[in-house]
Order: sequence, then C-alpha cells, then structure tokens
Amino acid sequence: MTTSACVLLRHDVGLHARPSVKLTKLAKTFSANVELALSEDGPWIDAKSIVKVMAFKAPKDTVLHFRADGADADNAVQRLIDLVESDFGEGGV
Amino acid sequence: MSSRIFAGQCASAGFAEGPVHVARSAPAGAVRHAPHQCDADSERARLAGAVETALAAIAALMAQQVGEAAEILEFQTAMLADEALTEPAFAAISQGASAGEAWSGSMAAMIGDYEAAEDDYFRARASDLADIRDAVLQALHGGGEADLPPGCGIYLAEDLTPSRFLSLDWTGKGIALIKGSATSHVAMLARSRQIPMVVNLGEVPARQGEAALLDAAAAHLILDPDTAERRDFADAEQAFRAVRTEKDLDALRPAVTGDGEAVSVLINIADPSELVDLDPAICDGIGLVRTELMFSGRGNLPDEEEQFAAYRTILDWAGNRPVIIRSLDAGGDKPIPGYTLDGETNPFLGLRGVRLSLRRPDVFRQQIRALLRAAPFGALKVMAPMVSTPDEMRAVRGLFESEADDLARNALPYKIPDLGMMVEVPAAAYLFDRFNVDFGSIGSNDLAQYIMAAGRDSAEVSNLARTDDPAVLHAIAAAVEGAKRRGVSLSLCGDAASDPALVPALLGTGLRALSCAPRAVGAVKRAIGAYRGIEA
Repeated sequence: MTTSACVLLRHDVGLHARPSVKLTKLAKTFSANVELALSEDGPWIDAKSIVKVMAFKAPKDTVLHFRADGADADNAVQRLIDLVESDFGEGGV
Repeated sequence: MSSRIFAGQCASAGFAEGPVHVARSAPAGAVRHAPHQCDADSERARLAGAVETALAAIAALMAQQVGEAAEILEFQTAMLADEALTEPAFAAISQGASAGEAWSGSMAAMIGDYEAAEDDYFRARASDLADIRDAVLQALHGGGEADLPPGCGIYLAEDLTPSRFLSLDWTGKGIALIKGSATSHVAMLARSRQIPMVVNLGEVPARQGEAALLDAAAAHLILDPDTAERRDFADAEQAFRAVRTEKDLDALRPAVTGDGEAVSVLINIADPSELVDLDPAICDGIGLVRTELMFSGRGNLPDEEEQFAAYRTILDWAGNRPVIIRSLDAGGDKPIPGYTLDGETNPFLGLRGVRLSLRRPDVFRQQIRALLRAAPFGALKVMAPMVSTPDEMRAVRGLFESEADDLARNALPYKIPDLGMMVEVPAAAYLFDRFNVDFGSIGSNDLAQYIMAAGRDSAEVSNLARTDDPAVLHAIAAAVEGAKRRGVSLSLCGDAASDPALVPALLGTGLRALSCAPRAVGAVKRAIGAYRGIEA
C-alpha cells in the first residue's frame, strides 16, 4: 500500500547540500521504498539517493511530493514531511 | 619590468604577499592510462577499490573537522557512497573503458551538468564533485601534489577543492583562483579560517616564484608590484588589521571592574561549529551549551555516539576551561516532533525542560550516558533547565548515578560531572539554597517573563519582561544570596548578559559571572571595566 503526501519547500537556498544530506539520511532509516518527485505525475526518484535528490536542484517554493510503500511507509512519509516543514532544523531553537 | 594587476571577486577578505606558487592545473593522473589491458572485471574491481580508498581518505579528513567543514565532507561521502554516482562509470567499463577513463568521463558529465545550472549555489557544487573525482583518480593512479612548497606566499590555481584546502596549512598564505566561486564550500572554509582568497581572476600568466601581492578585500592580485603599489598595499593591510584587532583586543583582556573585582566572562553556544574560528582565550569557559539544536528538526533524535562525539569536540576546544552543558530544554517555544507535547494551552508553564526529560527517561538516559562518557575529557558541568523543586534535582542526580553504575559494570570510562541547574523559575530564584546543586546559572529570559507574568512570545506584552525591571533584579539578587549561603557559583546566561547596557544592573545584584554571545565578549568586558559599585 502506497502512502503519499506533499509539502512546500521553504528553505532559502532550496534543496541544496545540507538539506539533501539530512533528507536522504532520514529516508535511509526506513525499510520502505521512498520516492520523491516535483509533481504528482513524477518523474519519481529514489529519495535515499543523494545524487538523484541533488539532481533536482529544487529551488525554494517548490512543492516536494513523497511516496513510500512497505512496512513503515506511513511513518516514513510523515517524518520526511516534518523534516521539510521544520526547514530542516535550520530555523534555530 | 612592470607590474600586472588582475581583478577577481573577494571570497575571503585579507592580505597576503610573497612568491606565487602556480599549482599544476590538471587533476592528478587524469590523462594517464594504466599500462595494462582493459579487462572489464579487473577494471571494475580497480574502480570499486579506488572508491573505497577515497571514502576512507575523506572519512579520515572528516574526523578532524567540526561544523561546516565536517558537513562538506559528509556531503562528499554521501555522494561517493551513492550507487547512482558510480553506476555510469561501471557501465562505461562494461563498454570497454579503463577504470580511469570511465570515471573521468562520467564525472565530467555530472560536473558539466552542475556547472550549467542556473542557480549560483548549485553551480558552486561542481567543485565538490571535482574533489570527489580527484580523490578517486588519486587512489587509482597515485600522485597529486603533497604539501605547499616552503616559501609559498600565494597559491595560484585553477580551482581548489575543500579536501585539498583542509589538508594543507594556509597560515600566512593567500589563495588566488582562476575560476572558483565565492559561494563555494572552500570559500566558506577560507572565510571561517580567515585565509585571504580571491576567485574568478581569469587567466593569470604568472611565473613560478614571481613576487606578488594579494589584496583580497579589493579582490586584486598584483604580480611584480612596484614600490607605490607595495606602499598602498601595506597601508590598506594596516587599516584592515587595525579594525579586526581592535575588536579582538578587548575580548582578550581579563574582565575586571572599575573597583578591581574580577568577573568571569563565559560564552553561550548551541553547536560545536560555532567554535571553529573562536579563540578560547576570549573567555573563561563555556557558560551554556544549548543541546536542543542537536535534537530539533530531524526525524530521529541523535544517538549516544553522536552526542558523545559532539560533547567531546566542545571539551577539546575548551581545554581545561569549564564547559556547562544544559540537558535538553524542549517544550515551551521549542517543539520537537515526537518528543514534546502538542496542544498544551500554556506551553511556557507546561511540560518542558527537566520536567519533560524526567517524563521521557529513555531520551534523558541516552544524553546522560553521552555526558558521563565525555566528562573525563575536560572540565564538564551539566545543568538541568526549568528546575522548580529539589526533588527534580534529586531525580536527575539519581539518573546520573544509575547510568554511571551501568557504565562501571561494563568497564567503560566515565566521570560524574558537577551537576547544577538553571535558575529561571521564580521558586528556584527565591529559595536557591534549598537545592542540592554544585552550581547554578540564571536564565534571565524565562525568569523575567515569569516574574513579570509577561510572555516573551507575545509582541503585545513582551516589553514588560525586562531583565532590568527592579522586580527581576530583586529575584536575581535573591539567587545570588542563596548561592553564597550554599557556597556554590552562580552565573547568568540569558540574553541580558550579551547587552553591555545591562551589565551595571547585573553586576549590581552581586553577580560576578556572565555568559554571553561570543561576538558580545569585547563589549561586555568593556562595560565591566567601566563599572564601579556604590557602597550602600
């Protein structure tokens, strides 16, 4: 069963190196297949591959679409959404 | 012979002079082919082996770095470990290419793709890819420049990769790049280490060892300068140093009031990366390490090993200066998904700080273990936030002892650090001597808001929550008295400590230890120097 959701990327410089490392690191903690696209119709790429995520060169205000299937798919999608929403933890505490 | 001037972009301000060292322009071994037949299986094995070697080299370099530098290398590691990066090269090997050709070719394609990006930031990443390319080529073919030759004053190259930058000692030298970008990782590193660097100079036909001046502030490289140019350069450099040094000198002086009383000045940090270009000599220690940044905005809380490494890094920097690490202070205006409660109507008065930690011992114990294991490596002290009752400190101490016993049973080295508390709840300020602690630190931001019953989060009333309101100063003075009766030290680490205008009021309460933002140290010490107490 596939879970999917989308979130607005608000990060100033877009999906650059530091956020990409955090995103792929997080995606890799799940056993589910996790994919990322810039539109509902794809093209979908492996969200655990930093090469592929960086290749999007997604700028600020892009909508990121996540989908996952596998045992922890729901959790995977939720946590990835949270990560993007929290601006990758760079808002400062 | 006349001088030649080249103009570029400033990547890192500063001045350098000396003989130019023109670096080799081609990446090591890019064009050399291994003198043997291209047997696909053995070429694949060679490439795979070279990638492993390169990963190990980057990991070794990363282990010596903190903060930004470590992140850059972490990015390179993630890229190099990604199959998607090496796939095209392996495919080319199956088509008959040698390992070197296949790798250079596939990386050239990817680098070209990044160089063509619209966004300046993504264009700058090409240099990281070049770094990875060279690391693997070096492992395949050997070679590559070793150290900078002695007597090198200005290093002139087409571009410079982060790992090459990090592996050399640039003290007293400057960097001039034909290409490069001011937003590149290597530019960030040069800035944080204050190494002068100019990029985008275009072709510079310099002779090896030629005399040169690098004015990175004006972004000029002058080859074979004449007397007038040397004079102008010296003047500009002196002016630059004067501004830089003046700010630093005050920070390096010991803090003594006008009456001759010593005051401890410590610094507040939230991340090891803030220490990269800080001189420990500016402070008497670290008065507050906010550990929340390590915990927020991630999908998972950092494990014991990651925390242990970060705490050790901080302790190493401080040497034998005390370091006060505050246990996780979440809740209130600091939510952490999966940890803090949602939907509290009054988060500032709710389950936050040590209350939340004691309610989530699984997370707390992990942090405690990391702290216990780090303690032998420096002068570590640990304090708990939002402490309201002595029972809470008893519980905290109990957890430290319990985890220490466990570590002892497993024969792991540890030490129980001094245990203290934040003084930010009025109950703690007024009856500080009830608490069994080794030290305390006043969190003036929260204390002011609780004493004045005005939320920091509300623009309507936040102006009421002033640390220099007589009622707040009264509470601080009560805590100072309590600390004296208890015979323990008390500092103040809230934002007020970074405001030179508030220093007299704070010293007036009897406080003699302030922990401020690193950039405020000079100004705070000046304010301390100007203070004279009035005998009542």
